[in-house]
Amino acid sequence: MVDEVDQDGIERIDVRYVANLARLYLDDSEVDTFQGQMEGIVEYVKQIGELDLSEIEPTSHARPIQNILREDVVSPGLDHELVMDNAPREKDGQFAVPQIIE
Amino acid sequence: MNYIVSIGLEVHVQLRTKSKMFCSCDTGYGAPPNTHVCPVCLGYPGAMPVMNKEAIRMTVLAGMMIGSEISTYSKFDRKSYFYPDMPKNYQITQYDKPFCDGGAVEIMVDGKPKTINVTRIHLEEDVGKNMHFRGSSGVDFNRAGIPLMEIVSEPDMSSPQEAYDYLTALKQIITYTDISNCNQEEGNMRCDVNCSIRPEGQTELGTKTELKNLNSFKAAFHALEYEIARQKEVLEAGGEIVQETRRWDPDTFETYSMRVKEKAHDYRYFPEPDLMPVVLDMELVEEWRSGLPELPEVRKARIITQYGLPEYDAGVLVSEKALADYFEGAAELSKNPKAISNWVMTEVLRFLSEKEIEITELKVMPKALSELVSLVDDKTINMTTAKEVFAIMCEKGGEPAGIVKEQGLAQVSDDGVIDAFVKQAMAENPKSVEDYKGGNKAAVQFLVGQVMRMSKGKANPQMVVGLLMDLMKG
Ligand SMILES: [Zn+2]
Repeated sequence: MVDEVDQDGIERIDVRYVANLARLYLDDSEVDTFQGQMEGIVEYVKQIGELDLSEIEPTSHARPIQNILREDVVSPGLDHELVMDNAPREKDGQFAVPQIIE
Repeated sequence: MNYIVSIGLEVHVQLRTKSKMFCSCDTGYGAPPNTHVCPVCLGYPGAMPVMNKEAIRMTVLAGMMIGSEISTYSKFDRKSYFYPDMPKNYQITQYDKPFCDGGAVEIMVDGKPKTINVTRIHLEEDVGKNMHFRGSSGVDFNRAGIPLMEIVSEPDMSSPQEAYDYLTALKQIITYTDISNCNQEEGNMRCDVNCSIRPEGQTELGTKTELKNLNSFKAAFHALEYEIARQKEVLEAGGEIVQETRRWDPDTFETYSMRVKEKAHDYRYFPEPDLMPVVLDMELVEEWRSGLPELPEVRKARIITQYGLPEYDAGVLVSEKALADYFEGAAELSKNPKAISNWVMTEVLRFLSEKEIEITELKVMPKALSELVSLVDDKTINMTTAKEVFAIMCEKGGEPAGIVKEQGLAQVSDDGVIDAFVKQAMAENPKSVEDYKGGNKAAVQFLVGQVMRMSKGKANPQMVVGLLMDLMKG
């Protein structure tokens, strides 16, 4: 989530850019608020950098669990009517959305 | 100016598991929209994905077939993007720890083998399907979550034909392994293509463009032909290639820019917290390896020695696993494998291409074909009749001996009957008899034709020729 490194080598998050990627629309004061909060979080996490981690493998999960697999067996999903209850609009059994333009 | 073309492919292959990648929904094609869906593949908050073991096995098999290194440690990641085909707003895929690393596929270029290197094979989930209506679009999530294997190649292909041949070779390998149907109409195999050109003599690759979601090999071929010509034109006019994603329009036969904003593709990959890593036990991997089918090249060599076929025949027969299975099914029962091969390569393939069907849909069973060949070999029927029987079996199936009997198609080898036909033909065509006696040996063919016509194609041709020559000798 770190977007740029400033002249002093301090990593900064570009909150406006990240918000845009997440389709969140923030006004200027919100950007300022979150900018401060996010930087606080980054500062906190950076404490890890003070430790000697040269012997530690990068970790993607905190718990040593692996191979949670299922067999290839089909079971029925949700009823169609139930599924479409969540659709803002429906057309021919499909979720109708604003026209997709590429 | 001469240019060097560099093409790389990302091929997406739907695996033929029964259930989806992370949930138990049915993967069957053609169901009414949104009937194979559940909280997981609809992206409901709190729904937890669980990996399908069979999809992992199939991906590893694909890697073994092309000589990839199988990773002992793999994991899944989230790729964030917003599009109506993706209900979670991220796709579960593999970023830096795919199941298969490296590998290669061989194609033939001007009669010489060429190696196309594969970078990696990873596993991900397919997305939903969009339909376009007037004024709105529709989303069907039946496809969302079907296991999708992505095979990424190096930019090793240097022409649209090589790309086409690579796709064909991949399809051959994948269908041999039985891990996908590779049905292009049903979208089992789709590809993204990237392509760049550079002037001869320049070592670094030119700027590439990407063409997304080509749903057939032909589309990939034509899109590349167009795109290469377009890039040449731009460079010749002194312009620069812009790195971008372009869309192939199969109706106008052109690619056009999708005008996607520069920074739009920032996927922010990070490890999928809902899925634990996969650590493959090498013992299990070796067990999977033992279930690998015979590779096409190995099978070809075996067919040549086991059935005494020419190399050409064997090459045609192994081009598709189902075709080779069909041939072997018939040849094992026959004393004349070469005749079986001839039938498969001519009549069978012709019928399949005329009707645009697969060999598995053919009503002539391998056993029936081997019996048909026996009937010809023991002279019960001649070749003309055999083709007639074959045509009947193509329509209705059935046993050749039964059809021959039912329709009275057995070859006439009765001396008396043939004698009568031959004498009648000679009496009706005195000029041909004269011609033959005068030294025009070809005239006998005309008389044979007359006899075959009178016997409705059932006379034994060797007997007819023998008798005609005897009678005209003196
Ligand atoms: Zn589901």
